[in-house]
Amino acid sequence: MVFALLKYGLSKHYPAKHQFPRPRELKKSYDVVIIGGGGHGLATAFYLARDWGITNVAVLDKGYLAGGNTARNTAIIRSNYLTPEGVRFYDESVRLYQDLSNDFDLNILYSERGHLTLAHTDSAIRTMRWRAEVNKHFGINSELVLVDDVKRLCPQLDCSDTVRYPVLGALYHAPGSIARHDAVAWGYGAGAAMRGVEIHQRTEVIGIEREGVNGTGGKVTGVVTNRGTIKCGKVIQAVAGATTRVADMIGLKLPIRTIPLQACVSQPLKPFLDKIIVSGSLHVYISQSSRGELVMGGSTDPYALYGTRSTLDFKEGLMMHMLELFPYLAEVKLLRQWAGMTDMTPDFAPIMGETHVQNYYIDAGWGTWGFKATPVCGKRNAEMLATGQVPDLIKPFTYRRFPEFRQLGEKGAASVGH
Amino acid sequence: MKILTCPLNGPRNISEFVWGGEVKIHPPLDCTDEEWAAYAALENNTAGVVREWWYHVPTAYWIIAERDTVKDVILRTYPARELFKDRVDYDAPAAPAAGDTPRETP
Repeated sequence: MVFALLKYGLSKHYPAKHQFPRPRELKKSYDVVIIGGGGHGLATAFYLARDWGITNVAVLDKGYLAGGNTARNTAIIRSNYLTPEGVRFYDESVRLYQDLSNDFDLNILYSERGHLTLAHTDSAIRTMRWRAEVNKHFGINSELVLVDDVKRLCPQLDCSDTVRYPVLGALYHAPGSIARHDAVAWGYGAGAAMRGVEIHQRTEVIGIEREGVNGTGGKVTGVVTNRGTIKCGKVIQAVAGATTRVADMIGLKLPIRTIPLQACVSQPLKPFLDKIIVSGSLHVYISQSSRGELVMGGSTDPYALYGTRSTLDFKEGLMMHMLELFPYLAEVKLLRQWAGMTDMTPDFAPIMGETHVQNYYIDAGWGTWGFKATPVCGKRNAEMLATGQVPDLIKPFTYRRFPEFRQLGEKGAASVGH
Repeated sequence: MKILTCPLNGPRNISEFVWGGEVKIHPPLDCTDEEWAAYAALENNTAGVVREWWYHVPTAYWIIAERDTVKDVILRTYPARELFKDRVDYDAPAAPAAGDTPRETP
């Protein structure tokens, strides 16, 4: 170990391998262009190359790799949603996550913790029971537990009735997990690049070229970027936070509002909290990362904004409730704070699939539920791009559900008031 | 702390207000389902200056604010009556659309 350190410390050749080839010029044409180099875009590229052998693919990102909401989420993975469409979809994602470290040959620090969604009111208990029954119907390990079991599962939690909102019970989801979000994006990116996909950072899309636009959407033929125009067969946009700006280029108006979601971490502590604790009524979620930091978030900001500033209001509101659940954390200091721009949809479900423009696909509306969906989005987007057929799993998420009044009402989503 | 100036109550903490979303043009009462869905669900989601509804909760008062969604500044606030001068008569019979049959009561 010591000699190896000395040897490589003095040598000019560092043994670490370069996972991403150096950037080169854009080619004139690609089979598939993926707009957005976050988790979803990179995962789509990965599965296109690995499962379908389509490697003439470019991933374009305005900024740097996985620097948007992939870097800003709180890394919780679960499938105990409320609607059958949501449960089926996220269940596949959890299953894919469980194998990702092997698929990548890179440790994504997938850690199965158990996930408790606390209920403080009778109506919340009813919703939890409803969710548990829907979950069980689809074979998900999910059950309603009452306060005695909550105490047993998570003795760290203040379950006394001397607080303003005493804990009455919880929805317990044993497979609930956390993972290292950067490693997920890195694994997908490196796996895609290794198979021949080109990843172009600092390449901003400024226009979409179409043909046959006669009162219809027409057909996509190319993408205009700040580094030149490229021809392409198919395009998919996966640009959470900037969805409206990109969709405007093809004249697609969506039911999306860009609203910031803030989060923060505490100073590192010794491991004491294994469970992931969420309370929808108190607008709190908390888990302890493998570094010992408490990762905390609350609800989305009270109004739309294209910005990632942090506010004191958010932290005051979050901590007030956090201390009801964990009073002994009062002396712990915050280490970092940040925000991401989320695509909020009115029914808390994503918008995926075809658009009115032929060969132009969308992966958007990822509000506060995008990270946990990364693998399933990549896999099913790749299937859609390769076969031209929209997979059954993502059919319900079409943007056409709004004019056709088939909204989903996903009340199992986090960070939103119900 | 962000201050929003209410035309009725003066400068107040923004936490006293509820955001009501962008001001949209109400479609005619005999619009199609598609038009109504667009009005109800679709958003301009403008990056820049927007005109939107805000509600002062303690006094139950709706106002309109012009706000820059990129710079996070409020440019102007005024009472809703500056924009909405006439009352909408919902009882007035809408012109029946072609092919529309009277609905039977169940």
